Amino acid sequence: MTALAAYTTSTGEAFQFWVLGTVAVIGALCTILMKKAVHSALCLAGTMIILAVFYLANGAYFLGIVQIVVYTGAIMMLFLFVVMLVGVTAADSLKETIKGQRWLAAACGLGFAILLFAGIGNASLKDFNGLAKANEGGNVEGLASLIFTKYVFAFEITGALLITATVGAMVLTHRERTERAKTQRERAEERVREGKHLPPLPAPGVYARHNAVDIAGLLPDGTPSELTVNKTLRERGQIRDVSSEALDDLRALEQRSTDRLERPDLRRTDTGRNGDGDRAEETEEASK
Amino acid sequence: MNPVNYLYLAALLFAIGATGVLIRRNAIVVFMCIELMLNACNLAFVAFSRLHGNLDGQIIAFFTMVVAAAEVVVGLAIIVSLFRSRHSASVDDASLMKL
Repeated sequence: MTALAAYTTSTGEAFQFWVLGTVAVIGALCTILMKKAVHSALCLAGTMIILAVFYLANGAYFLGIVQIVVYTGAIMMLFLFVVMLVGVTAADSLKETIKGQRWLAAACGLGFAILLFAGIGNASLKDFNGLAKANEGGNVEGLASLIFTKYVFAFEITGALLITATVGAMVLTHRERTERAKTQRERAEERVREGKHLPPLPAPGVYARHNAVDIAGLLPDGTPSELTVNKTLRERGQIRDVSSEALDDLRALEQRSTDRLERPDLRRTDTGRNGDGDRAEETEEASK
Repeated sequence: MNPVNYLYLAALLFAIGATGVLIRRNAIVVFMCIELMLNACNLAFVAFSRLHGNLDGQIIAFFTMVVAAAEVVVGLAIIVSLFRSRHSASVDDASLMKL
C-alpha cells in the first residue's frame, strides 16, 4: 500500500479479501434467498459490515467508519423498524405468478455477472497507484479539501436533497385527521347506546398449555373466538390457532394419561381429579 | 493479489442484488437488494480510487451514501403508506395506481 505503482497487495490483505469476500457473497446470497424479511435484513447488515472492512483496507478510512455508522447503524435499523411495522412473520409466498420467472431472472443475473466480469477482465488494470500520496495529509483532511473546493456545488445540492427527502417522508406518512377525535366519555356513551360489548373485550385464550396473546380464547363449546385477540394481530392474520385437531390431541393425551395413571398408582389419580391444573402436572410427570 | 479483485467482488455483489430485485416480491426485500447494489457500486468506487491514487472516487462513494440515505427514507415511507392502504407489502398486489 505504501509503494507507488505496485502490482500486488500484501499477503495479509489477500487473505483478508478471500475470507471476508466469501462471507460477503454468502451474505448477499442469503439476503435474496431467505424467506423472511428479518433474516434478509440481518444478512445484508453482515455484508455491509464486511464492505466497511474492505473500505478500511483500501485506505478509505473515513468511508469505512461512515459505512458502519450510516448503513449498518441507521439505514438497516430503519429497515428493521419498517419490517416490524409491516409484520415480522409476513413471509413471501413461494407461488410463482409468472411461470418460469424465477429461472429467467436467475439466468439474467448470471448473464449480467458474466458481462461485468468480461468488461473488467478486458480492461488493462495491471498496476495500481495506491493511496499513500493522496492520504499523506490524512484521509479526512484530503476528502474535506476536495468536498469544499472541487465538489462544493454537489455538496450543497446534497443538502437540498436531504431536506426534500425529509419533507417527502413526512408528507407520505402523515395522515390528515378528517374528523374530531372522540373523547373517552363520548365513546363510553356510544358503547352503552349501541348495547353490544358493554364490558371490556375478553382476554386471549388460555387452554391448558397456551397463554400467549396471539392464541384465540375458547368459547364454552370449544370453538376459538377471534374477538379475544388484539385487533392489530387480527388484521395481520397472525392469530395462532388452537384448532380442533390440537384439541383432539389434547383430549387423547388426557385420556391416555388417566389410563396409565389408574393402573400403577390409584392414590395419585384420586388427588389428580381435583382440578385441571393438577391433571396437567400429572401428565407431565407421567411423560417423564 | 491485485486490487482488481475488489472490482470483481463488486460486480458479483451487484449481479446478486439485481437478481434479487427480479426474483423477490416483498417490497422491503426488493429495497434491500437495491441497497446491496448501491453498496457494490461504492466498493467499486473505493477500489478505483485506490487504483488511480486520488480521492475523487471516495468523494463519489460518499455522495452515493448520502443519496442512498435519502432514498431509503422516501422509499420506506412509500412502502409504509402502501401497506396502510393495501395491508400487504407484496409488489404484486400494487398493480393498480388507485384502490
